[in-house]
Amino acid sequence: MRKTLLASVAALAVVPALAACTENASDKNGGKGGDARALTVTSSADGCELSAGKAPAGTLTFDVTNTGSDVTEFYLLGSDGLRIVGEVENIGPSLTKKLTVNAPAGDYFTACKPGMVGEGIRAAFTVSPSDDEQETSASDQELIDQAQANYRAYVQDQSGQLLEKTKQFVELYEGGKDDEARALYPVAREHWERIETVAESFGDLDPLTDAREADVDFAAGEKWTGWHRIEKDLWPPAKGYQALKPAARKTYGDDLLKNVTELDRRIQATGADALSYPIDAIANGSIGLLEEVAKGKITGEEEAWSHTDLWDFQANIDGARVAYEGVQPLLENKDAALAKELTTKFAALQKLLDQHRAGDGFVLYTELTQPQVRELSDAVNALSEPLSRLTAAVTS
Amino acid sequence: MAAAGAAGAFAVGRASAPGEGTAAAAPGATSYPFRGERQAGIVTPAQDRLHFVALDVTTDDRDELVRLLQAWTEAAERMTQGGSAGPVGPVEGAADAPPDDTGEAIGLPPSGLTITFGFGPTLFRDADGNDRFGIADRRPAALEPLPLFSADVIDPGRSGGDLCIQACADDPQVAVHAIRNLVRMGFGTTAVRWSQLGFGRTSTTSTSQSTPRNLFGFKDGTANIKAEEGAALDEHVWVGGDDDPAAVWLSGGSYLVARRINMNIEIWDRQSLDAQEQFVGRTKGSGAPLSGGKEFSDPDFGIEGSAGPLIPVDAHVRVVHPDQFDGVRMLRRGYNFVDGSNDVGGLDAGLFFIAYVRDPRTHFIPLQRAMAKSDALMEYLRFTSSALFAVPPGVGKGEYVGQALFG
Repeated sequence: MRKTLLASVAALAVVPALAACTENASDKNGGKGGDARALTVTSSADGCELSAGKAPAGTLTFDVTNTGSDVTEFYLLGSDGLRIVGEVENIGPSLTKKLTVNAPAGDYFTACKPGMVGEGIRAAFTVSPSDDEQETSASDQELIDQAQANYRAYVQDQSGQLLEKTKQFVELYEGGKDDEARALYPVAREHWERIETVAESFGDLDPLTDAREADVDFAAGEKWTGWHRIEKDLWPPAKGYQALKPAARKTYGDDLLKNVTELDRRIQATGADALSYPIDAIANGSIGLLEEVAKGKITGEEEAWSHTDLWDFQANIDGARVAYEGVQPLLENKDAALAKELTTKFAALQKLLDQHRAGDGFVLYTELTQPQVRELSDAVNALSEPLSRLTAAVTS
Repeated sequence: MAAAGAAGAFAVGRASAPGEGTAAAAPGATSYPFRGERQAGIVTPAQDRLHFVALDVTTDDRDELVRLLQAWTEAAERMTQGGSAGPVGPVEGAADAPPDDTGEAIGLPPSGLTITFGFGPTLFRDADGNDRFGIADRRPAALEPLPLFSADVIDPGRSGGDLCIQACADDPQVAVHAIRNLVRMGFGTTAVRWSQLGFGRTSTTSTSQSTPRNLFGFKDGTANIKAEEGAALDEHVWVGGDDDPAAVWLSGGSYLVARRINMNIEIWDRQSLDAQEQFVGRTKGSGAPLSGGKEFSDPDFGIEGSAGPLIPVDAHVRVVHPDQFDGVRMLRRGYNFVDGSNDVGGLDAGLFFIAYVRDPRTHFIPLQRAMAKSDALMEYLRFTSSALFAVPPGVGKGEYVGQALFG
């Protein structure tokens, strides 16, 4: 998953009303002859030529080829010339990218923007009524607004709880109350793992807070700090480990708290500094959390010393499910079959994970048998594969 | 070409070769001379298949090791010309003795086979610091085991080695036949430490070849040094005469870096096309840099898009670009591999990276370190094997491989 920084509201110059799915066109097929919904666009230094000035309503594709020498963009705008129905950006010279967009019947404008500045080279574009026309997407905007507000609230809530429990954890650890610290460790980290993709979008804080020992290039002089450094001290290896002295404990504990505090400050920011959660970022967050499970938790690599990987596993699934459920109403409008499949697969994975509960938490990763790991891995794959289509589906 | 024993071997039913590495009409008829100024298998147009083996020397007897290098030289010369491993042949010998060639290449043409030998750091001094064969003072300074990089998950059992043999051919059976027979000849003197099969070249070493794809589905090695770039080879691949006074024997040779890079195939496949291209910094279709143009257009790292540069700061093509490393380049000669599946049913697959460089300290280690630190692709890679070998120059008439080191 690409770690894109969640832009603050102030930094977002243009937000499409309905973000469109963009993908690169394959190199050779331009407009397919017979399909009136497949259009080609040639964006040059001073021109914006479309293969047709109209199309029937439905899913339209624009293969945009940049024949100029500047980076270009292509927009489909509403009849007011302002509302962005779909856009494809960052098309380098000689390259082709595809815009896929659902367009109901109506009057539109197309615009190429060589150099990415100004109004662009505009022309009228007509979408005629058709049987394939989708339901009006008027209510989609409300669903998007709702999803964004809900997800922001969820992330802020989890971040607040993370900070609170990290304070308690650091206090216990620095105070030498190791048993209690060990008990709180996986519980506090659940809040991190639920919003891990948001936390990871802060490229400066993530390595300081959540690096595993194997991620650190000691030979190049990097230092290992954060949760897992303390984890190793609380669950030390039997041989060859030098326990941290109280002063060192305080250094690492205070450092962790400082970074989690900073994370929370950024997540709770308001006004111009508030984080925005575009719909594709929420969907990608859900996909990304499943990817975290597949990469680190299913292998037992995340919690190499405490072996509390299943807590993280559950928390990643929690966060992925919440993000998914936020966009689920939108998905049901767009691809009901995918929504049904995802709901079923989330439930199946949860059922499997529930078998490994013990007390308030879970069994240790090391207590799982190889067939049990395999079973969990298969269920993660079964969910991840359809889930990977979520972003394209909700933004189409 | 006229080595002792080769003539007899030609009669063994394998097609004789036109020689001199020219593309011939019959498929597989291409052959490359084993002897020459450089070892074959470096700038030779990359063949389709690889069998690579790393061996440890099990004897303490220097003469025994030299005798093996002599025997390997003769066998390699025969096999690269389409002949048999031993001087007799797979079915020509006594009926009551095992044949001196294992026979699976009977009837197969040379298939462009090259056999390339290298010497690892531990050949010069073992782990306890012993000068095993009286050559410790000739160890090149750059021939140190590679450091551990962040995100390395190195399996020591398939890393390092006293010696290596790289066999490349356009027919996998021919490559395997070569390694199998050389390994057999070594029993008692050497033992296999690890080996790796590669099924598809991921690099182009000649401008006559098109750029192949790795298992991420992207063209790989677009910026590779090609055989036709003589000056670049001298600058970046061949060890110069003055590079290392202690290791003049390596002059005209090179260093071989081998890294087994597992790809997290299943997770990669779930990335959107857009994300995949941003990770790599090139389009998936044509391989053009995201800054525009065609495959061989120079990437323009300065060109800005709506949210940062068109080629992202962590894109692979940017992180490892020669511009970031004083212009250093390498000659890559890697292969795709699939070694079956792992214990959760994922493909045990990736890229067996091989690069030839003039000095790993300037031409490899800084790039690997930057990649481990900054490259977006690292999310989908894990390095499971690592090795470095000094590859001596070519073998002259009447010589054996490595003669300048042991002579």
